[in-house]
Amino acid sequence: MDIEKHLPKREKSGFENLKPVRVPFEEGVLETLQAGDLISLSGSLFTGRDQTHRRLVTLLDEGRELPVDLKGQLLYYVGPSPAKPGQVIGAAGPTTSYRMDAYTPRLLELGLKATLGKGARSMVVRAAMKKHGAIYLATIGGAGALLSKSIVKSELVAFEDAGPEALFRFEVEGFPAVVINDIAGNDFYEIVKARKQ
Amino acid sequence: MRTLQSSEITKAVKDLAMSASCDLEPDILDHLVAARDREKSPLAKNALEMLITNANIASREQIPVCQDTGIGVVFISVGQEVIIEGDLENAVQEGIRAGYDEGYLRKSVCDPVTRKNTGTNVPAVVHYELEPGDRVHIAFLPKGCGSENMSGLVMLPPSAGIAGVVDYVVQKVKDAGSNPCPPVVVGVGLGGTFEKAALLAKKSLLRPLGEPNPDKNVAEIEQEILQRINREGQGVMGWGGVNTALAVHMETYPTHIASLPVAVNIQCHAHRHKEVEL
Repeated sequence: MDIEKHLPKREKSGFENLKPVRVPFEEGVLETLQAGDLISLSGSLFTGRDQTHRRLVTLLDEGRELPVDLKGQLLYYVGPSPAKPGQVIGAAGPTTSYRMDAYTPRLLELGLKATLGKGARSMVVRAAMKKHGAIYLATIGGAGALLSKSIVKSELVAFEDAGPEALFRFEVEGFPAVVINDIAGNDFYEIVKARKQ
Repeated sequence: MRTLQSSEITKAVKDLAMSASCDLEPDILDHLVAARDREKSPLAKNALEMLITNANIASREQIPVCQDTGIGVVFISVGQEVIIEGDLENAVQEGIRAGYDEGYLRKSVCDPVTRKNTGTNVPAVVHYELEPGDRVHIAFLPKGCGSENMSGLVMLPPSAGIAGVVDYVVQKVKDAGSNPCPPVVVGVGLGGTFEKAALLAKKSLLRPLGEPNPDKNVAEIEQEILQRINREGQGVMGWGGVNTALAVHMETYPTHIASLPVAVNIQCHAHRHKEVEL
């Protein structure tokens, strides 16, 4: 397929004018991030999606210990495709976040500081984020090949039998994201809608 | 009569499964490029450029365009003068299993009750049709469910008219917001019965992207819906701009005098579809 002619002049790994941010977040950084900010994440994060959340919350219900300490961490909603030999990871873009809404407040109570996915969160989750001083980020959906280039290491942490829904720890470098909900309670999707009206 | 071995079906389905997830068809690429060129919002324009770059990396390195390589939807049209030696259904499912395994594609199929992953991406959803002739036509649509989940169906009263149909479709896309990865492709099934409308909506996604319905009246409705969706301003990823939808495809079928079924099947911008004729 010849799509070279369609390519942008320079191949970008992310958005333009990204603000570099370390994860887990350093002291005082969350306060500086506002809805609509374009950021570039570097550091380490955990992953999880539907079954991962169900299992984490079941462990909490049973009064058992979680396989990871989520305090201060970022949780990325992703179920990657398998890595080929020699690859760090397969395609690894975001999954839709609202399916995690039922579980998120429980994890925020444990000190989780940020979630990363795509699509809007429920009012309950937004209120919980505000209460616990947490933020929600989105990255570009359906760009799993491109985003995989910003993941430099992947290791299995828990729930291997859940396949793509296992809990991984990723190391990322220059992973692009947009701030959707900041700690002041602003919502970027609502800002976009209001602009139109 | 013509004889076709079921192993040939398996091989064809496997090849379709492996290539569909990594190589976008030119129709969708052309639409992404056109969307980028007309986009005014800098954030949305940049996102579209990333999607084009993503498609290039995916094709060059054979990495799936999106990690959600879908639940397989297969449309098989079998010529009435073809004899297939072997089990056709097994042949199709084996093609899916092998393609997802060898292509390093994500296994996303699970039991609806236990949620246990089958581990093979099997079974796919297979639709069979008969047609005249001695050919077998296979269309493959790996369906990601970020978009599939935003679909809907309504049995409108005929009094709602076309205005009601348009309103319903536009509202569905609006309610979906950024969940289905806009810019989306909107498949609409109008008429028939409950299940026929849903099937028409799905099947409309197989049409070359943006090709209007041959019925002029229907093509006008497609355009009206497309323009209204794109005036809403949600845009790429819900980040604003004029490209919420790339195309609206509508298929119709005669319906009951009491009925006006409307089904909306939403597809993401990673609109993967491949076809082959045997």
